[in-house]
Amino acid sequence: MGAEVLLKLHHLHLELPDGTALLEDVSLNVRRGDALGVVGESGSGKSLTAMSVMGLLPGLKASGSIRFEGRELLGMKDREWRRLRGAGMAMIFQDPMTAFLPVRSIGAQIDEQIRLHERISRREARARTVALLGRMGVPDSEAAAKRYPHQLSGGLRQRAMIAMALSCGPSLLIADEPTTALDVTVQAQILTLLCEIRDSGAGVMLITHDMGVVAQTCTHVAVVYSGLVVEQGPVAAVMARPLHPYTQALLEAIPPLDGPRPDALPTIPGRPPAPDARPEGCVFAPRCRYVRSDCAVRPALREPEEGRRVACVLYDA
Amino acid sequence: MIRSFASRTGQMLLVIFGISVLVFCIFFATPGADPTARIAGRGASPQVVARIRAEYGFDRPLPVQYVTMMQKLFVSRDLTSFVNHGQRVVPEVLQAAPVTLSLVLWAAFFWVSGSLVFGIASAVLRDSWVDRLLMVLGLIGLSMPVFWLGEVVNLVTQSRWHDMFLFRWVPPLGYVPFSQSPWGWAKALFLPSLTLAVCFIGLYARVLRSELLTAMGEDSIRTARAKGAGPVRVWLWHGLRLSWLSYVSLFGLDFAQLLGGGALLTEVVFALPGVGRLTYQALATLDLPLIMATVMYAAVFVVIANALVDGLYALLDPRIREGRHGR
Repeated sequence: MGAEVLLKLHHLHLELPDGTALLEDVSLNVRRGDALGVVGESGSGKSLTAMSVMGLLPGLKASGSIRFEGRELLGMKDREWRRLRGAGMAMIFQDPMTAFLPVRSIGAQIDEQIRLHERISRREARARTVALLGRMGVPDSEAAAKRYPHQLSGGLRQRAMIAMALSCGPSLLIADEPTTALDVTVQAQILTLLCEIRDSGAGVMLITHDMGVVAQTCTHVAVVYSGLVVEQGPVAAVMARPLHPYTQALLEAIPPLDGPRPDALPTIPGRPPAPDARPEGCVFAPRCRYVRSDCAVRPALREPEEGRRVACVLYDA
Repeated sequence: MIRSFASRTGQMLLVIFGISVLVFCIFFATPGADPTARIAGRGASPQVVARIRAEYGFDRPLPVQYVTMMQKLFVSRDLTSFVNHGQRVVPEVLQAAPVTLSLVLWAAFFWVSGSLVFGIASAVLRDSWVDRLLMVLGLIGLSMPVFWLGEVVNLVTQSRWHDMFLFRWVPPLGYVPFSQSPWGWAKALFLPSLTLAVCFIGLYARVLRSELLTAMGEDSIRTARAKGAGPVRVWLWHGLRLSWLSYVSLFGLDFAQLLGGGALLTEVVFALPGVGRLTYQALATLDLPLIMATVMYAAVFVVIANALVDGLYALLDPRIREGRHGR
């Protein structure tokens, strides 16, 4: 636990201009060399969390605190934040087809990012781009840099996207569902790449809805439900013994690899509440099988065990 | 590359041929359109009519007439007017072409720069009062008939307030060749081209605004911001790059049709001796060879401009380059 905390979200609260709360009280830590998986259903606010760290959500009101390398990001001037974006922290997006500008070669787009943050010549930038692409396992990287996004396969595009994200040596890499648009073999390669990046000392924040992906790549996991973090801890511990009923239900919904095939996978009845219709108390209470009377008061995130935190009345001492 | 160029040229020639046949048929081969009677005038004696018919070749079969006409138009270029006897048509059109070209170039300069400024400003400041004001102005510009606006401009700058300091520089109506005086050329074309550009500014600013706003919602724009690009760069470099395809295609078509005589009303109102005014005169006197020549000239320009726009498209968007010729 000695590693330096790279990114610390503390009671992050995000709301629409009309006052609807999208995120309520998100607290997370990412350390150097850690990979934090942020897991949740669609609409739970996991992507919003990532975007608010990047400062890419103009028009939404954020409060609380986002500290990155010891500096408070909320309230920072856009000009300064912009200098961090791409250089200090970088983001990989879900669909590499649409995330690149379709009308310029990928090399030109990576060069652009390098030259936005460093004063180097076109030629030097291109040399670095080619080297990066090579390191990401893009074959014939010099020719690949001259190609347009639509000329590359999905896997190569995502590699190029990662190369672009890494081009300025960021200490934090945010990956928003980086493998959802890819097929399984390519997905495994990309995840291996993410592991290597993590091992090289950067912090990784991986947004996904896939528990399997988290198990493969992450060291820590945070489970987000309806704009709140309901459980977090080391991956192995959470996987082995999930504390929050929602995490338990999520893990049960993964089909078993061996043993008899179940007739039907367990599902979680009901659907997550819309941001403007969140229950007063525990947000998961309407779908929870252990629901009881004291769930009407929203439980705080507690630490029942060393390194694990959960927001559920079941673990109130 | 060479093959696609050749096939493109072949297509262009085919289109021009088709247009020429169509125009020829409309004017010379429709029932009741007897060019001989038109040339001979009312109440001419049968002998005169017969003589003219033989002289102009109207007694021969239509395909022969067509070939003779095209030969006179494109090869020997000695097609003469029916109205001003002896006046050669092709040199007349070629003389008028630089006037139209100058007018349209100036207008294009104004409407591209004006619509870029208006379009980008109202997209960036969308839903603010600036945006609404610009869009209303654009709509007004779009709906003002160019001949009316031209007359008003003339009224104000030529007579009513001509002595005011603001309009004292305005030269009398007409055209000054560039070779004679570049400054006079620019002065003579300033107001006409601005008038012509007004409605295009309105249209293009609207198109650009909506295209730009659509483009700014794209994922790749989010990527650009995530890379740390500033707002100016995101809007002008990434956003514009995504949104000017339809702008370019519109521009190519409008530019070509203006060059081909679409600036007719402006040229007539401002007494500019361009192709549009020539067409106007030819139509007024039903001067068939001259109409034939101006229409063919316009067709050639539209076809060439289309090919240029397609080429520009391929330059701007690599996806089109491959879609067309395969790989």
